Amino acid sequence: MPSTRDIRRRIKSVKNTAQITKAMQMVAASKMRRAQQAALAGRPYTELMNHVLLQVTGRVGDFKHPLMESHSTGKRAVIVISSDKGLAGALNSNLLREAGRLDKATVFITAGRKASQFAARTKRNLAAEFTYKDSPTFAEARAISKFAQELFLKGEVDGVDILYTRYFSTLVQKPELRPLLPLTDLKPLTVNNQAVPTEPRDMGTESEFKFEPDVATVLGGLLPHYVNFMVFQILLEAKASEQSARMVAMKNATDNAKQLIKDLTLEYNKLRQANITKELLEITSAAMAMS
Amino acid sequence: MATLKLEIVTPEAKTYSEDVDMVTIPGVDGEMGVFPMHIPLVSQVVAGEVAVRKNGQDFFLAIGDGFVEITASRVAILTDMAIKADDIDEVKAEEARKRAEERLSEKISDEEAAMVSAALAHSLAQLGVKRRHRG
Repeated sequence: MPSTRDIRRRIKSVKNTAQITKAMQMVAASKMRRAQQAALAGRPYTELMNHVLLQVTGRVGDFKHPLMESHSTGKRAVIVISSDKGLAGALNSNLLREAGRLDKATVFITAGRKASQFAARTKRNLAAEFTYKDSPTFAEARAISKFAQELFLKGEVDGVDILYTRYFSTLVQKPELRPLLPLTDLKPLTVNNQAVPTEPRDMGTESEFKFEPDVATVLGGLLPHYVNFMVFQILLEAKASEQSARMVAMKNATDNAKQLIKDLTLEYNKLRQANITKELLEITSAAMAMS
Repeated sequence: MATLKLEIVTPEAKTYSEDVDMVTIPGVDGEMGVFPMHIPLVSQVVAGEVAVRKNGQDFFLAIGDGFVEITASRVAILTDMAIKADDIDEVKAEEARKRAEERLSEKISDEEAAMVSAALAHSLAQLGVKRRHRG
């Protein structure tokens, strides 16, 4: 049976923890709003670019851009995007469980400290580590994307995938593995599991697109930009997921701590009353014995 | 009469999405006027002015570098900047132009130079649109 002092001490420590988690929840909530806005604002651009590429890449005739060619080395690279810090619920463990399923020969490119630690711990083939800030910048995304593109263009890997936590809503985030390179069989992006509508009338009789000034120049500019931007958008999504997951995890932690404090306080008061009753009994029985 | 669906999208937002009669785009090889039923075309665009005609009235926007996809019924412009003529702050654009020019005259890395010249192109495009339509 713990003494009242023990319980008092525990209540105090739980209260401290609750204060910390509450503060983290507030911080995450404000960062979450910003990250979610950024992720959602970038979506139309990515979707439209995806739509354009889908239409264009199917109809360029014989032209092959280096980013569209397939190699055959039997190896793939994966860009894993995790958070830097933990305390975000199951976010990183879900993500890294997916990473663990990948082939042993896979070349890892990591962004975020948790992913780097994972690659080091499981002795994976780590090619590069990148970092990104709370509000990812395009320059950070470009650095990652450039590295991946060079790796691919040198013919060291067959293709590059990207593993990140897709943002659906504040409560739902899921890890997703998305092929990034080569840009041959592009998949339409989906939003809330609905395919972005493609206009059937555009797909009709018109067989080929005209390019101005020519196909090499346009695709030469468009394709690398698409990859860069895709990485950027994915960083934004991953950030939105991270902040949402942390907010929810910290809210749960705060709620649990509050419940625990309530239970402990009840126990403390019971014990205190029991002690008082016991003392009273002792005094009265002593007084009775004296008389 | 057939109309074109014009969409102008930047990484920050979908700036413009309306049915219009005609649109003029600053392409790499000069201005392109696009009417409905245009052949499918993909092109690069440079920073400059987009003129939109709708119901006999003209609107103007300043845009940055990017790409355009044209089909018979749709014009989609992907760019890193798009500002409507009415929203352009001339003083700010002028300041931005000066800052960018100063920075370009210093010694900077290629990466930064690319960013600064993009910023310079943005401010020049804004100033161009504003000045042409004054008074």
